Amino acid sequence: MSLTTQSSANFWLTRPFSERSTQIFLVVLLATLALVTLLHVAVPAGNPLHIGAYTVNLFGKYLSYALLAVAVDLVWGYLGILSLGHGAFFAIGGYAMGMYLMRQIGDRGTYGDPVLPDFMVFLSWDSLPWFWHGFDMAWFAFAMVLLAPGLLALVFGFLAFRSRVTGVYLSIITQALTFALMLAFFRNEMGFGGNNGLTDFREILGFDLRTDATRLGLFLATGIALALGFILCRAIVTSKLGRVSVATRDAEARTRFLGYRVERFQLFVFVVSAMLAGLAGALYVPQVGIINPSEFSPIFSIEIVLWVALGGRATLYGAVIGAILVNYAKTIFTGVMPDAWLFALGGLFVFVTVFLPKGVAGLLEHLKRRRHDPTPTPDKEATA
Amino acid sequence: MRRFLSLTLMCLLLLGITVTAQAQTDNENSTNDDAAALELLEALDVESYAAKGEAITAILQSDDERARDWLQALLDGRLQRTDDGRFVLVLENRGRDWPVADVLTGEALGEMSRRELDRIGINNNLRNQLRSAIAVVDLYSPSVERRLTSAERLLGEVDADLVPTLNDLIEQEEDDQVRYRLTQAVAIYRAEEGEMAGVEALDGSLHPRSRVALSRAANSDDPVVANAAAASLAGIEQQLKINRGLETLYFGLSLGSVLVLAAIGLAITFGVMGVINMAHGELIMLGAYTTWAMQQLLPGQPGLALVLSIPAGFMVSALAGIAIERGVIQFLKGRPLETLLATFGVSLILQQLVRTVISPQNRTVITPEWMSGSLVVNDALSLTLNRMFVLGFALVVFAGLMLIMRRTRLGLEVRAVTQNRAMARSMGIRATRVDIMTFALGSGVAGLAGVALSQLTNVGPNLGQNYIIDSFMVVVFGGVGNLWGTLVAGLSLGVINQVLEPWAGAVLAKIIVLVFIILFIQKRPRGLFPQKGRAAEG
Repeated sequence: MSLTTQSSANFWLTRPFSERSTQIFLVVLLATLALVTLLHVAVPAGNPLHIGAYTVNLFGKYLSYALLAVAVDLVWGYLGILSLGHGAFFAIGGYAMGMYLMRQIGDRGTYGDPVLPDFMVFLSWDSLPWFWHGFDMAWFAFAMVLLAPGLLALVFGFLAFRSRVTGVYLSIITQALTFALMLAFFRNEMGFGGNNGLTDFREILGFDLRTDATRLGLFLATGIALALGFILCRAIVTSKLGRVSVATRDAEARTRFLGYRVERFQLFVFVVSAMLAGLAGALYVPQVGIINPSEFSPIFSIEIVLWVALGGRATLYGAVIGAILVNYAKTIFTGVMPDAWLFALGGLFVFVTVFLPKGVAGLLEHLKRRRHDPTPTPDKEATA
Repeated sequence: MRRFLSLTLMCLLLLGITVTAQAQTDNENSTNDDAAALELLEALDVESYAAKGEAITAILQSDDERARDWLQALLDGRLQRTDDGRFVLVLENRGRDWPVADVLTGEALGEMSRRELDRIGINNNLRNQLRSAIAVVDLYSPSVERRLTSAERLLGEVDADLVPTLNDLIEQEEDDQVRYRLTQAVAIYRAEEGEMAGVEALDGSLHPRSRVALSRAANSDDPVVANAAAASLAGIEQQLKINRGLETLYFGLSLGSVLVLAAIGLAITFGVMGVINMAHGELIMLGAYTTWAMQQLLPGQPGLALVLSIPAGFMVSALAGIAIERGVIQFLKGRPLETLLATFGVSLILQQLVRTVISPQNRTVITPEWMSGSLVVNDALSLTLNRMFVLGFALVVFAGLMLIMRRTRLGLEVRAVTQNRAMARSMGIRATRVDIMTFALGSGVAGLAGVALSQLTNVGPNLGQNYIIDSFMVVVFGGVGNLWGTLVAGLSLGVINQVLEPWAGAVLAKIIVLVFIILFIQKRPRGLFPQKGRAAEG
């Protein structure tokens, strides 16, 4: 990482890519997208190398989780804020997308009402609640995907950072936030489908959600969103703003004494992270076909933090690795031996925090250093 | 018309019963009695319902002490006749073969096929007649409890013909409560009839029937009576409002005591030691399961098992706490966020362990007899005993913890280590040992919370999860490191929740409380009672 104060337009464009790991990550990501597309489209179905629509869909889901993990890493890794409520931003983004998809169903629902979604007809409501208006238009809904979580993060963060709620306290109140939202969204009166959430989607932007082509398209869109989100995060952390954030993380009081308005930096990064989480949720919903209040559950939010911890904090690419590894393991475990999954997850929490504080990324770093430097490092450093 | 008939009939019955009650003692000639009784019962087995009604009256007028059982059996359709003409009581009419007993001697006759039996049918008229008859019969019962239930059933059901009988009974009655109820029953009748005496007698009575009677009297033609009734009605409404307030307060304090119990252990581990233990909820769950296990070990003695599970629950959770401290937390000193994640992992493992080893279903923990039921304060307010016990238990646990922290060597050492670890160690305090003991104490208290909770909620693998967020809220709201803060915060959050519930609904009340705490922490990040001085620096 070069630390010059050069500020040409050229430098703005190149700086996010300056680190070797970023270049490798982006190349690997784009290559994966290309390879999956190729194997899905060009290889015939009978061939063992063929990737089916189900798998493409699954990968798409992992990639949206990866984007969510990147968002969490941005605030936890670079700002030192352990958010136990990022699932809330993810879910709100998801609900915004879900509302758009519900309106797209039109009169094809079970009750055939041209405006009201099925669950409202079922609850015998006669008109659309005010906050559902506008969601029939894609531009509005997609804007809301970013704005709604961003606004919540803005209000919440403004109150929290202004009064210097930090550390564990902040973690606990973010958890309370997502818990309160979960309880609220479970209520039918909220107008978000209550317990069942939003489901039974038909099409997005005119494309039928059940065709393989749309699924591939969503997968690619998620991959590209992940790449762009990643670059955005890199741009933030390599900028001066990012350096102040890291300084805040390591010594908040000292940064304040140096004259920086710490809470403004925190607020900015927190809101960006919430918006990225919302985007991840919006990409997640059309691929899994449902959004319900369980996405708000505190456990899910803590799980996201585990992905980041496993992958390695403050590396961004580590978060992606962690998200994909844990979710891949989850898919396998819940399929083969569902009872063991919570044991494995719980064990992973303990193992990672106690034995692998720098995560997989730290492990890779360590191996690389070892290769470059032939003198063996003492064992102590491996866990330091 | 029907009502009038049944009234007349009942009056007759009453006359008969008075005689019965007096004649109960001299029971010399049982064979003669049986013959007479058989005759009475035979009269029931006729076609005409009117004749049956007369037969019932005859039975009541007879001085036979078995009359009540016969009438009850007749009402339930259990008085039946065999093919060979004997009268039997069906003890349980389920299945194909019914166990029966002889009506006259009460001797069990084994099982009989339902085809051999013939029910003595009744119609709705007779059913009503029987019901009122049985209600009044009970007023002569030697059992106070039975008299009281019967008297309570009479509230609002009295009519003109019953009044003189009741007045006689009131004079004879020895038990204060029964007499009070009977007087009230008569007063309700009087008030409904628009009599001043009734209205005066009902002043201050909180029973719903009294209110009905008074509001009827308030519409009376006599302005004096109507005004008096309206005035006492207003007074009663006021009283009811106070009682409702007291009830809300009681439920709030009860909920608050649960919160305090769940959070007080956390106030030790999180507040005093600064260790975030997300597995705290699961330690509560272990305490609850210990209670269940003790009751399995001591079948038939739920009370003893519950008392024994207080130390047992403490030990189980304390040992689990020590295992968590030694196995995980000690490696993460000074890294609170990592501690949070690791202990969350532990909580997942404990939950799944219970699901796998015991069962994913809820277990039932029996409430011992001395803890069930409720304390009746007046007609509008009764306090459930189990909640009262939990409230008391929470206060005792709190007092115990305060004593330990303030008055024992351990408490002193804990405070020393928290304020300045290095200094404490150089003064010869074994900090590691203090850590273990403190964590064991906090975890053990979680176990105690579990024992108490097993009496109020379902015992299942998710028990702890439901309380962990609330517990953290209580500790943070009260001010970290302050046990008094936890007590005040827990109780007040409980009361706030209950006050909000009637107009916001249970879920919304909870949401409002959460949002309130979130906002409160923004305003006062250190809680209600922030620590001052040295303790705050750590």
